[in-house]
Amino acid sequence: MPTKIEKDSLSGQNTTGHEWDGLKELNTPLPKWWLWTFYACIAFSLVWVVIYPALPIPGATGTSGWIAREAVVRDVQEAEARMAPMMNRLRAATPAQIAADPEMRAFAMAGGRGAFANNCAGCHGAGGQGALGGFPSLADDEWIWGGSLDAIHQTITHGVRANESDDQRQSMMPRFLADGVLTRPQVNDVAEHVLSLTNRATDQASAGRGAELYADNCASCHGEKGEGNRDLGAPRLSDQVWLYGGDKAAIVQSIAKARAGVMPSWGKRLDPAIINMLTVYVHSLGGGE
Amino acid sequence: MGEIKTPDKLKPESVAEAAIPSLYADRQRVYPKAVFGKIRSVKWAVLILCLALYYLVPWLRWDRGPGMPDQAVLVDMTNARLFFFWIEIWPQEIYFLTGALILGAFALFAVSSLFGRLWCGFTCPQTVWTDLFMFVERWIEGDRNARMKLDAGPRNGIYWARKIAKHGAWALIAAATGGAWIMYFNDAPTITRQFFTGEAGVMVYFFFALFAGFTYLLAGWAREQVCTYMCPWPRFQAAMLDENSLVVTYHDWRGEPRGKAKAEGVGDCVDCAACLHVCPTGVDIRDGQQLECIGCGLCIDACDSVMGKLGRPKGLVAFETLKNLSASAAAAAALPPGPERQQAGMAARRVPRFIRPRTIMYASALAVVALVMLGAFLMRSTLDVTVLRDRAPLFVRLSDGGIRNAYTVKIVNKTRDEAPLTLTLEAPAGLRLTVQDVEAIGEGRYALSRRGDGITQYRVFITAPAGARLGESTPVTFRLLDSAGRPATSQSSVFLGPKP
Repeated sequence: MPTKIEKDSLSGQNTTGHEWDGLKELNTPLPKWWLWTFYACIAFSLVWVVIYPALPIPGATGTSGWIAREAVVRDVQEAEARMAPMMNRLRAATPAQIAADPEMRAFAMAGGRGAFANNCAGCHGAGGQGALGGFPSLADDEWIWGGSLDAIHQTITHGVRANESDDQRQSMMPRFLADGVLTRPQVNDVAEHVLSLTNRATDQASAGRGAELYADNCASCHGEKGEGNRDLGAPRLSDQVWLYGGDKAAIVQSIAKARAGVMPSWGKRLDPAIINMLTVYVHSLGGGE
Repeated sequence: MGEIKTPDKLKPESVAEAAIPSLYADRQRVYPKAVFGKIRSVKWAVLILCLALYYLVPWLRWDRGPGMPDQAVLVDMTNARLFFFWIEIWPQEIYFLTGALILGAFALFAVSSLFGRLWCGFTCPQTVWTDLFMFVERWIEGDRNARMKLDAGPRNGIYWARKIAKHGAWALIAAATGGAWIMYFNDAPTITRQFFTGEAGVMVYFFFALFAGFTYLLAGWAREQVCTYMCPWPRFQAAMLDENSLVVTYHDWRGEPRGKAKAEGVGDCVDCAACLHVCPTGVDIRDGQQLECIGCGLCIDACDSVMGKLGRPKGLVAFETLKNLSASAAAAAALPPGPERQQAGMAARRVPRFIRPRTIMYASALAVVALVMLGAFLMRSTLDVTVLRDRAPLFVRLSDGGIRNAYTVKIVNKTRDEAPLTLTLEAPAGLRLTVQDVEAIGEGRYALSRRGDGITQYRVFITAPAGARLGESTPVTFRLLDSAGRPATSQSSVFLGPKP
């Protein structure tokens, strides 16, 4: 508590009344300009509270009716209006036309990059590098359903085995062991034969037995020499790109229980213009055909 | 308290009795008088040159071909280019501007150490515009005595008419100054039309108002207060000056003691105060060197004309070194006032030492910076290539077991030459170069077209065959050849693969 307020004769100011080891402190008022600025700020804030939605009450708007959310909506609408002419062109064009037109292509690459990061990168990776376990790389030269602009467009639009579109990429590999088509030793033999397609078989006798089983059960889709069939989404078995792993255990697992990766039908979710942009972008990642 | 003695004047009782003086001093208005003479003529010439340069340079044209601005000096913010006659600076070359500023600083140091405050007194924009404003003021309100009388007199119709005329004229000059500023950032004829039709952007009006407002404020109202209180340069320019620098000085050894022209036994200074009346900052040069003196030398003209009328030698106030001043003072010390003292003092003067360690240092620094700038400018590349390696994925395994890396190659073309360049790869054997959407013109050679005055971007792949014995990281170099097959520019990068 202030004990003894006294007037300082030098400056004419009162002291605060506190005393610390003989030291006293002047109670100098704030400069006038500072005080007036401070009062002006208070007055300004009162006006602000009335005009703008400053009170933490749900649904409270100021007298101006300005709402941050509406401002965002307006900004988004403005941006969309600005992009509309180009988006209309992208919607009307085919992916091939877009890729051939420098202006549309530049727009599609930029928009495709964003759309890819938002929708595709979760499974296919930021640069389309894919991931082991059924998420194909989009940057290599191996395509399950085809790597041309039209094939990519078809796959993105209708999806794979998601049962969301009648035109989806559809095929079903039998579960050879689980459904009792092959016995466990036979599955092993087929796996050895598949390994032999890339010269990796360890048991030539087993591989030899597997050759006939392969010809009967697998070759119709995967091809006699494992060259694959894109119409059926049957991956090539004679190369070094493996969707679910290329070691023997993974191959046995694939034969025994089958694999069936799924991708949603993006035609149901995205604007056709964005699908076109995605098509051109994915095609440019390195694998486009 | 108690044991420590307090000086009497600090004792509360004694202070309370004496009135405490305010620490605030009002500005003494300066009414500079018109002056004629050699230095005034030089100042007029410098003023006309500087203002003509500032107001007219934006109107100079320079043909750069179609699609390019034809303004000789232009800071093009929208397209991020700085045009200076035949030079075109890109944002990444802004160090040329830094270099020019360093060059300017060293030139300022060198000139200051040789000739004193030439910059302050003659070419500083504050001095130039204040001079112009004072000229207008003198023209409308009359010379020193008339202005003092006007300000002290009644606030009648004449008073207001003159004040309004003066401030109107000032406002016009200020508007022209702000108007010229925006022309350096926009095409002058276009922005002039847009400015008056209201089509110009908000920023244009903002910078116009900013520069017009501050011209009016600083040259009309603040004047010498800018030099005395705001400008940092007078604070540290003393570090550049020494006893060999030419500064505006009063030859006190000759002038003192002051007295009437016909009085006996007095110096040459007749105490007419002409030097004081013409000073734009209101200092008395006879008090010696002082911070407020901007070295404009108008007091020299004033004093010379008085000395001329009295038939005495000129140069009582002159550009002189402090060394000469003390030499003259020493030579004249024993003599009584009169022509003999004057001659003895003048005879003791020597040619100023212009070459001395300080000036040699400034000159060398100036030369080094100038040479570096010149070298950088001559070796300035007009064509650059940048290579950005894909980071996701670092590399791609292909179906045949090969490894592929992807790169973004950007050709930065600072000229308007659009002749295609040939891209080749310098890398260990086996690595193969391909460019997306571009057909090869030969083994590992691709003709890449480029935009004039812009950046062209390509997606480029390098593929290593299956089984290539490469490490995790292999250095590679992308090389661009011009149409004659000569190396134009190159950029190195790496090719990444799995751990062997």
